[in-house]
Amino acid sequence: MALGDRTAAHAGAAPGEPGIDTAGPFLHASTVRARGNRQRMLADIVIALVLLVLIGIAGALVGPAATATDFAAKNLAPSPAHPFGTDWMGRDMLLRILAGLSTSLFVGTVSAAVSTLIALALACVAALGGPRANAAVSWTIDLVMGLPHIVLLILISYALGKGFWGVSVGVAVTHWPSLARVLRAEILQAKEHPSIAVSRALGVRTARIAWTHMVPAVVPHLLVGLVLLFPHAILHEAAITFLGFGLSPDTPAIGVILSEAMGYLSGGQWWLAVFPGCALALAVALFDRVGSLARRLVDARTVQE
Amino acid sequence: MADDAFAATAAPARARFRLPAAVRGLIRFASLIAAVSVVTFALVALSPIDPVKMSVGQATYANMSAEKREQLRVYWDVDTPVAVRYARWAEAAVHGDFGTSLRFNRPVTAVIAERAGVSLLLMTTAWVISGAVGFALGIAAGTLRGSWVDRLIKGYCFLISSTPTFWLGLVALIVFSVWLGWFPLGFSAPIGQAAAAATLADRLHHLALPALVLSLTGIAGVALHTREKVIDVLGSEYVWFAQARGEGRHSVLLRHGLRNLALPAITLHLAQVSEIFGGSILVEQVFSYPGLGQAAVTAGIGGDAPLLVGIALVSAVIVFAGNALADVILGLVDPRVREVGHGAR
Repeated sequence: MALGDRTAAHAGAAPGEPGIDTAGPFLHASTVRARGNRQRMLADIVIALVLLVLIGIAGALVGPAATATDFAAKNLAPSPAHPFGTDWMGRDMLLRILAGLSTSLFVGTVSAAVSTLIALALACVAALGGPRANAAVSWTIDLVMGLPHIVLLILISYALGKGFWGVSVGVAVTHWPSLARVLRAEILQAKEHPSIAVSRALGVRTARIAWTHMVPAVVPHLLVGLVLLFPHAILHEAAITFLGFGLSPDTPAIGVILSEAMGYLSGGQWWLAVFPGCALALAVALFDRVGSLARRLVDARTVQE
Repeated sequence: MADDAFAATAAPARARFRLPAAVRGLIRFASLIAAVSVVTFALVALSPIDPVKMSVGQATYANMSAEKREQLRVYWDVDTPVAVRYARWAEAAVHGDFGTSLRFNRPVTAVIAERAGVSLLLMTTAWVISGAVGFALGIAAGTLRGSWVDRLIKGYCFLISSTPTFWLGLVALIVFSVWLGWFPLGFSAPIGQAAAAATLADRLHHLALPALVLSLTGIAGVALHTREKVIDVLGSEYVWFAQARGEGRHSVLLRHGLRNLALPAITLHLAQVSEIFGGSILVEQVFSYPGLGQAAVTAGIGGDAPLLVGIALVSAVIVFAGNALADVILGLVDPRVREVGHGAR
């Protein structure tokens, strides 16, 4: 980063000011370059988000082509014409994977958003509704976390007759507990902040206090929580689909592709399993990167790093 | 005067009677298990999937006479209201009868007992391996913070948490079973042989790959957590003091760090039992390993409601046991927690 280099060079040289270049690094020598770091983090976030959006759009566009069968070109190993090979119906694996990722991103986005809303609502109830409401919310959190995630997902998906709704609703209603805990703590902390007591003493209306003091304190954590939910949501969608409780076999989805690939393992058709998994891991890692960078920008303890 | 003040502060504590921690824990456990049973029963009953149709198969069902269908519906109790069915089930469950599995045509308890042994072996092995390796990696990364070792370990943790467990299983099968032929392609015993007749070596050979894959994913949590703790400990005043006295890094870590590091690692890892159970369902499915997870998937796909409810309850008990054990260990070792836990006495 040009900007970072310049500021670092400037601070390091410090001509004509003896003592500064010996005392400076001794106290708080930053391991990263002086100022470019935050901009670099923001740039990383933007690049990762753009990549994800591109994957989503590309996957949606190639949808019809991804399901086009060509029995003359079935079970082909990776080649220039089919970089990721073809499957038993001659479908191009690259297109199938793109379309599958797009489906995953869609399901993940919708269910992570719903999950975040549930977390926010319950956190508000717990933090503002008195001790009984708090106890009720805590008990609900314990209940949802008391069953392993996958077991709960299987049960909910089964209850809704499997398919798109089974997996989406399942992921949406199981991923809120940890975020609800974080948000509850943040709301409680914001509520106790001296600025609110001062505003009350000055006679500011409650709605205005909520808007000017509570919302800015909670929203950053809400957004970061939302982004950090995506990886879990996407991975669980793929897992539950792989087990046969999620998206139907005719939808392009990574879970479907991988469960089909199970049958071709001993035949040596490694490309059916390896590429889809790598692609899924890449998409999840991108989301994770965005989330953890955003959290560092929001968190007061690490924002200066 | 002083006595009065003391009495005034002591009185509310005496008036507010608190049950011992163990009893409160039991009550919480009972309420959660009851709630889990209601929720799973309701979810299973809500399902549009017809257990009769699923158990006999679509084709057979289509060719069946109306009387035969009616007979099956009565047999599986489909037309009774959910609340009545739940009440009957709960009454029997209290007496240890969890119903009969549709798919396996045996009592649910028998199916679970047989499968749980296989699954618990898999989960315990994976839990121990991931805990030990994660702890060691965390210490290495924390003490060598900023070095290439640290970056490598952090990179691994980051990568593994983005990778689906079942895909790791698939890749492990391709590499180690298909290409290298080191491990069998699945199951818990050689094909064509009864599981009971398999030798110990056979069983371990079949266990190794699924257990290793399952443990890979559990490493990241402990490693990252221990890394943070090591950095905290190395920056603490008691470590500075020890170093000022001339103790080396290894001796400081062994004598002052280890106990402070192991405890949070164990509690955190016990809380991850839920993740390991979830992972075991996927791994068992990939490796055709006949454990609880595979039975849960079979039950869910085949519409075997009693077995599904039974397995959900067992999973809840295992998760609760993990958390309770973490609390107990913490209480035994950490004097501050012990004070709070038994403060009422």
